[in-house]
Amino acid sequence: MTDATMTAPAQAKKKPAGRPSTVALLFNNTLATVGLVIVALICLTALAAPFLPLPDPDVTAPANRLMPVFSDDHLLGTDHLGRDLLSRLIWGTRVSLAVGLSATVIAAFFGSLLGLVAGYAGGRVDTLIMRGIDMVMAFPYILLALAIVAVLGPGLLNALYAIALVNIPFFARNIRGITLGLSRREFVDAAKLAGKSPPQILFIEILPNVLPVIVITMSTTVGWMVLETAGLSFLGLGAQPPQADLGSMLGEGRKILFTAPHVSIIPGLMIFALVMSINLLGDGIRDILDPRLRAGSLSRPVARTKVIRDPKDIPPPSIEPGVLDIRDMRTEFQIGGSVYKAVGGVDLHLKKGECLGIIGESGSGKSVTAMSVMGLVPTPPGRIVGGAAYLNGEDLFGASDKRVRDLRGGSVAYVFQDPLSTLHPLFTVGDQLLEAIQAHQPLRGPKAKEKAIELLSLVRIPNAPERLAAYPHELSGGMRQRVCIAMALANDAKVLIADEPTTALDVTVQSQILTLMNGLRRERNAAILFITHDFGVVSAICDRVAVMYAGRIVETGTTAELMENPQHPYTAKLIDCVPVLGQPERRTDAIEGRPPVVNNLPDGCAFADRCPRVQAVCRTGQIDLEMANETRGVRCLFPMNMEPRDVKTS
Amino acid sequence: MSKHPETASGTLLSISDVERVFGGERKLFGGQTPAVHAVQNISLDVRKGETLGVVGESGCGKSTLARLIVGLDSPTGGTIHFDGEDLSELAKTDRRTLARKVQYVFQDPVASLNPRKTIQTILEAPLKHLTKLNKEGRKKRLEELLGAVNLAPEFLERYPHEFSGGQAQRIGIARALAAGPELIVLDEPVSALDVSVQAQVLNLLDDLKNRFGLTYIFISHDLSVVESVSDHVAVMYFGRLAELGPARDIFAKPMHPYTDLLMRSAPAPGRHDLLAEDASAELPDPYNPPPGCAFSARCAYRTEKCLANRPSANETVGCNASHFAACYHPLASA
Repeated sequence: MTDATMTAPAQAKKKPAGRPSTVALLFNNTLATVGLVIVALICLTALAAPFLPLPDPDVTAPANRLMPVFSDDHLLGTDHLGRDLLSRLIWGTRVSLAVGLSATVIAAFFGSLLGLVAGYAGGRVDTLIMRGIDMVMAFPYILLALAIVAVLGPGLLNALYAIALVNIPFFARNIRGITLGLSRREFVDAAKLAGKSPPQILFIEILPNVLPVIVITMSTTVGWMVLETAGLSFLGLGAQPPQADLGSMLGEGRKILFTAPHVSIIPGLMIFALVMSINLLGDGIRDILDPRLRAGSLSRPVARTKVIRDPKDIPPPSIEPGVLDIRDMRTEFQIGGSVYKAVGGVDLHLKKGECLGIIGESGSGKSVTAMSVMGLVPTPPGRIVGGAAYLNGEDLFGASDKRVRDLRGGSVAYVFQDPLSTLHPLFTVGDQLLEAIQAHQPLRGPKAKEKAIELLSLVRIPNAPERLAAYPHELSGGMRQRVCIAMALANDAKVLIADEPTTALDVTVQSQILTLMNGLRRERNAAILFITHDFGVVSAICDRVAVMYAGRIVETGTTAELMENPQHPYTAKLIDCVPVLGQPERRTDAIEGRPPVVNNLPDGCAFADRCPRVQAVCRTGQIDLEMANETRGVRCLFPMNMEPRDVKTS
Repeated sequence: MSKHPETASGTLLSISDVERVFGGERKLFGGQTPAVHAVQNISLDVRKGETLGVVGESGCGKSTLARLIVGLDSPTGGTIHFDGEDLSELAKTDRRTLARKVQYVFQDPVASLNPRKTIQTILEAPLKHLTKLNKEGRKKRLEELLGAVNLAPEFLERYPHEFSGGQAQRIGIARALAAGPELIVLDEPVSALDVSVQAQVLNLLDDLKNRFGLTYIFISHDLSVVESVSDHVAVMYFGRLAELGPARDIFAKPMHPYTDLLMRSAPAPGRHDLLAEDASAELPDPYNPPPGCAFSARCAYRTEKCLANRPSANETVGCNASHFAACYHPLASA
């Protein structure tokens, strides 16, 4: 639906310098940074243990037993055998960390391998592996670990094996799910057709895509593994005396918890600090590697697009009365260090019952224009930096959040491209319609249901009362889009903003939906802002058209005028490259090149680089949208079929 | 329609009576999972050097047919012969030989490229596995390929997300061309692209076909695109052929009411009067297919006969002997 917002981050990737790096993102997250610092400190201390001036952790000195914290020579005191607690703590941490990390690596390796094979092979192999994994999971983990240690005998290494084995299912299940999804992707089919063998596909094509998930799972399980190691040692099944380990220290201190609490509290605190910081760091790493969070900063989008405009510079409404009146609207995306001017000063106005089409290539800013009107552009990274949108004279960008919420789905309603992702999959069509109605009207019970049925009949859905109980997946694409239109009409919308509502539909269904929308706007006298990339669709439904290019309107006029006599070379080219049924020879020339990236627009005309009529003067200054009359206008110095403008060549 | 591929001269691909059923497996405790016929009783020939257009709405089985032809899936009934060889057998025993002859271009150009591989790695894969070229030869071939699809050589070092849809589709086409195939199946190659880019890609495909003597199977839901590229057209509905014939005949004189409906629903610049059916016009339930003609529920010309019996694929023959329609009451039957 928002092709422009989708392409903006994609384009941003071309300039890695403009995007926050992984490390910068991590430091952006305070908790993760704290975690990182603590983990780093603990690890460094543990690594440096042999070089630190510490007494031997295993040497007993019964004379100095149970010395309190801060005694001379023993900063953290001594335990029941007179061993130095600080020394034991550092050496113990070393052991716990080593065991936890190796267990994680072993579990990750085997778990991922099993998951990859099960997910890719599918069928019997999958069933066999996953049922085995299920059996491991069916035991309480500590019981299983106990059983393993009981068979292998107590000892740190055996505890390590037990913990690794117990954690294999976590990795296997996670990775299998991801692999299953990936192995149905088209690039895997493409690799098959490129002659790759299944192992090559699995390890060369799929594994690199799974790797971030493995790292995420590892970073979130290390803490857990350290805890489990401590648990087994606490029970006396891990580290054997006299070796120090956080769990065994805790176990030894437990017996004298009341007489000498510091012996158990100190390793307890260490376990807490270690696991907590690892988990904080793990969560931070997960957030960074999550592709959805990579595009921008880690903050959550807010309910409404931020408006930052100069209060002295708000354009007044146009003189002609209209339902929706957009004046010089500008929307930008701030991604990393660069600013993408997705909408660079758009004027549009819609009269009652009128259908205005916005047409343009993907990335031209047509969707962002539509989303900006009701503040639906996500902030960050988007923001409205200028202009105004008047709904019946009321400035929408200046209205309160509550007012905008009332208007959304009320006076102004949206219909999006993909009805399957617009409708909630877990609620019936009836529930969602009722919600749309009750958000704005005080209708309850049977009255509301009646209204819902009335709406479904309005969009010509057969058997409306029965269809209320249907879930979105039970309806065809065309029916789902009808439901979306019914929801948009639930509260007598004055303006319907339809963002490519028929692009995902088959031609036969598309013509049904177009006919329906055309009929409804006549019946209800609602205005439609219709966004599309298809001139055929424009011809079928729109009264007027505005052609957008690189965030600006380059030509506007009534549909008939614009189609018969396009003035901007871009419009003419765009119409020319549409294949028409019955004219198989028509496809002659395409528009070479690509639209400019909107973070670095050239001076003058943005289309100059692709234009066959370009002259030197086109690349300088600002070219205005010159209106010949109320509806007709073109942003071109040398429009087609017209006298060229007086160009001041200075 | 020839059932014997050997007899028809110049036939590259011969599909006879192909069927693909999904589901229908035995369950653990008896009974069967519900079965869906994605593709049924399809028979058609593709001659060397021509373009066969396949049209139909979503869910009509055109993509399933495409996957059968490139060997990504095997039919549950019927045979597909490529140059006289059993294609589905070849797909099982020697996928690489098949991949050298038949290639595929995907609908979603970006999704068909592995996001974590550079274009160089992606384009080198088929050269490495399907050809005997050495490192030098591969490098030369890569340059040729990029030149053929009008991409600059510096693109080789980039990753798929850095490309626009049109560029990504050129890479997809270059990959399909890499091993020098004879037949390319294009599954909706332009439907994810902007119209301006669509024309570029269509022109490129035309050019490549002439240059390398390729045969295309061009699948699309857009009739105007299919009309502009195809020599023959197959219209599919609900897993079966509704109409098959030379493109010129089908678009000038459609015989099946469904073809006619598709043509009259297509929007075009300057066209205001779109035909719109009733909302009740829906595809039949695939788990419970109607006994007669699948289109009968939407057809204005249906009779008792249509509801009770299913017309065969060549029920009606048009003025051109290679024009068939699966209809008892064809339009303009001459």
